[in-house]
Amino acid sequence: MQRQVDQSLAAEFGLSAEEYANVLEIMGRTPTLTELGIFSVMWSEHCSYKSSRVWLKQLPTKAPWVIHGPGENAGVVAIGDGLAAVFKMESHNHPSFIEPYQGAATGVGGILRDVFTMGARPIANLNALRFGNPSAPGTRRIVDGVVRGIGGYGNCVGVPTVGGEINFHPAYDGNPLVNAMTVGIARADRIFLSAAAGVGNPVVYVGSKTGRDGIHGATMASAEFGADAEEKRPTVQVGDPFTEKLLIEACLELMETDAIVAIQDMGAAGLTSSSVEMAGKGGVGIDLDLDAVPQRETGMTAYEMMLSESQERMLMVLRPDRQELARSIFEKWELDFAVIGHLTDTGRIVVRHQGAVEADIELAPLADKAPLYHRPTAETPKQPALAAARIEDRVGLGRALETLIACPDLCSRAWVWNQYDSTIGGQTVKRPGAADAAVVRIEGHARALALTTDCTPRYCAADPEMGGMQAVAEAWRNITAVGARPLAVTDNMNFGNPERPEIMGQFAAAIRGMAAACEALDFPVVSGNVSLYNETRAPNGEARAILPTPAIGGLGVLDDAAKAVGMALSPWLDLVVVGATRGWLGQSLWLREIAGREDGAPPPVDLAAEKSVGDFVRAQIQAGAVRACHDVSDGGLLVAVAEMAMAGRVGARVPAGPRDIPSHAFWFGEDQGRYVLAVPDAAAFLRVAEAAGVPAMKIGTSGGQDLTLPDGGTISVASLCAAHEGVLPALMERAG
Amino acid sequence: MKAGIVLFPGINRERDMAIALTLASGSKPRMVWHKETDLSGLDLVVVPGGFSYGDYLRCGAMAAQAPVMRAVRDFAAAGGYVLGVCNGFQILTEAGLLPGALLRNAGLRFLSMDCHLRVERSDTVFAGHYQKGQVFRSPMAHGDGNYIADPATLDRLEGEGLVAFRYATPQGEVSEAANLNGSARNIAGIYSPNLRILGLMPHPEDLVDPLMGGTDGKPLFDGLAAAFAQAA
Repeated sequence: MQRQVDQSLAAEFGLSAEEYANVLEIMGRTPTLTELGIFSVMWSEHCSYKSSRVWLKQLPTKAPWVIHGPGENAGVVAIGDGLAAVFKMESHNHPSFIEPYQGAATGVGGILRDVFTMGARPIANLNALRFGNPSAPGTRRIVDGVVRGIGGYGNCVGVPTVGGEINFHPAYDGNPLVNAMTVGIARADRIFLSAAAGVGNPVVYVGSKTGRDGIHGATMASAEFGADAEEKRPTVQVGDPFTEKLLIEACLELMETDAIVAIQDMGAAGLTSSSVEMAGKGGVGIDLDLDAVPQRETGMTAYEMMLSESQERMLMVLRPDRQELARSIFEKWELDFAVIGHLTDTGRIVVRHQGAVEADIELAPLADKAPLYHRPTAETPKQPALAAARIEDRVGLGRALETLIACPDLCSRAWVWNQYDSTIGGQTVKRPGAADAAVVRIEGHARALALTTDCTPRYCAADPEMGGMQAVAEAWRNITAVGARPLAVTDNMNFGNPERPEIMGQFAAAIRGMAAACEALDFPVVSGNVSLYNETRAPNGEARAILPTPAIGGLGVLDDAAKAVGMALSPWLDLVVVGATRGWLGQSLWLREIAGREDGAPPPVDLAAEKSVGDFVRAQIQAGAVRACHDVSDGGLLVAVAEMAMAGRVGARVPAGPRDIPSHAFWFGEDQGRYVLAVPDAAAFLRVAEAAGVPAMKIGTSGGQDLTLPDGGTISVASLCAAHEGVLPALMERAG
Repeated sequence: MKAGIVLFPGINRERDMAIALTLASGSKPRMVWHKETDLSGLDLVVVPGGFSYGDYLRCGAMAAQAPVMRAVRDFAAAGGYVLGVCNGFQILTEAGLLPGALLRNAGLRFLSMDCHLRVERSDTVFAGHYQKGQVFRSPMAHGDGNYIADPATLDRLEGEGLVAFRYATPQGEVSEAANLNGSARNIAGIYSPNLRILGLMPHPEDLVDPLMGGTDGKPLFDGLAAAFAQAA
């Protein structure tokens, strides 16, 4: 029995009174249930970007190497040799909280489809994860499920998971973030797009059958969580990586022919968004016959089929004379193939089911009159810069170092990486943990991609503009640190409820900072995703938002994979820090973990210095002058040296730093734009740096089994490794 | 060397295997679809890693019933050489070409890391370019690599010298600590009685290029290429 369509049902579907009034005006009548469903998902925050669009426009999206920027299924950049890298990052935050394994797994599946739908073979996955307090009761279950889900899907489809990042903070207790990124490779002249064309051309459905799973998932992802989160479990989809693997191979095989006119995956809002967007972009109409849709369950209504988010499905417009060729390829891969409609010249989407017209909507206003909000913003109050000299060090360098390298945000992630297949494909030059960015060679070429994801949410919370800038700069820096040329980024904007001015203010400021950094570093945004309403409502009604988390996925290229450097120290080299160290303790991990404070302004990013220092470091790596390189980020200089020592299982001796900076601030401050380099001869290197006008100083030498600290204390690298590597297994594998 | 790589739906390490075989032998292997039944002209049949049929029933159980596996059984019965890696090893045990089974890893988690393998004998076409007792490094990536067989079978495998590789420390010590997935007697790979079928869990094919961190896996393929170059 169907519910009567009225304003109260529209409200249940997430449409505001004003939005529903617009629907009535466009339709000129009361919409059917199916039509209301289509409007509600297309106008959901998730699909329409109604709160974020006005701000996203500020991001630079162009460069000579950009082939397709935002607006397609994924971004596309030229990387040389006639090849293109196709990449995007996307969130699956809400589903991962409700059902961690399937939420994360289908997040990986969805982003893979966004990439291979453009004709690219996926060659790498990364993921940026944020979890709650590691000792809180729910966190372990979520971490375990998310990691198993990412591995379960990625390992089975056979795409290596090569990198990513993890943070822990109580602000994510009720709202973990799962941002999955996929990178694929295509021929630059063989990119497939989604704009439908050719009136009369068949509309073809391929992949898995449609079931009732995930109905209204996009709407769920556009609301905050209350106490009923558990009841939303049926809106989470179930992933089938085996079918996805077949779908990848079948689509790529078909893409070798000239059969495809347009193609798009059925992601959020499934058949609705794929058909509406393909027809809308192509300026044509589309007729769908739902009786032809392959169905997994009986008795499904038009509403259910249009809104189902069953996974591993694609929609294509084919050349009619290639339809049978396409059918034979999908039959070979034992996948469903069904002609479910055709393109028309009506400019309307018409949905028929069992002899009745269930929906008939003009496409132009569905897109053009989609809500667009200039929501009010409130600036995040600026925090004062902290004077390092006024922050006493009560702990000393050695104990602080031991504490920091074993704190949840800095401890080894090997427990996680070891559950992800990182070597499949045989092209992984730098595996997780081996370098600041993952390096994956392109099969049959000398060329390699450098890939990273970055964001420092505590900086973003303290100063969203500086935090946004820093996230982009750090991605650029990590790509530079392996010797690669940064090309472009994908962004995944994770924020709270945009209807609250302080949240919208965070969003706007983060975009400002990102835009400035992208501009200055020639590092445009080519794709992205926005996830809002990452809030949990406590029983007392108070809304708790996550830390603002604009996660950046960065991509760079190395013309010669053999020139990539990692972070592992080898013995008897000089250690040099490049970039200026001033001792900035505000928002540092030292301040949080050692002094127990989470205040102060975050370290400023000097974009001009960032560029000149980074360009110098990259040139030195390319010239073969650098044996190991690691950027200085969380934890500061001494943590960077310790991480290099642990990665190489080699000791180092670091004598005292300059006298004008307090020792703890020099060694643990988080000044930006710095790299630690291991070079054969510091004196010669410093002369080159000086000539280039880049600040650099020698800070030590490598060798032996111990880390000898500036205050004379020593710690064996073996014991550092044991402390560093023992944390996550102890947290995750403990009994009970 | 004429090698054929068998493809089932869900197999995903066929490209890695092709790269290693091509690098060692100079000739590209033939890809053999699971519905094919003609293996004539091949020196070596390889069943690569992956998740055949999603591993949704039991790892390798569905693939073992595919038409091509009848041909692989005939090929093996006629004295043909067969290499099964990871899911390929699981498929060979399910097909009855090798004894025992592969259970969930002892820690119940997927394990992707380097392991070290001790070469138990080198007088086979597979291990001819290693020395007996040599330890080599190899990536591994599996959720179900915990080798098990009944004690009598294990005794027979050991007694007849059919254990190919054992998980060991880098120094060659066959210890509990080195036995990452909990396999019986640290067994990582086994031979058929005629030494012409090898099944192993780790992926030497992913360590054949210095750029990827080493070439420890390459001797396995060099050995095969040399053996079949002589035969040709």
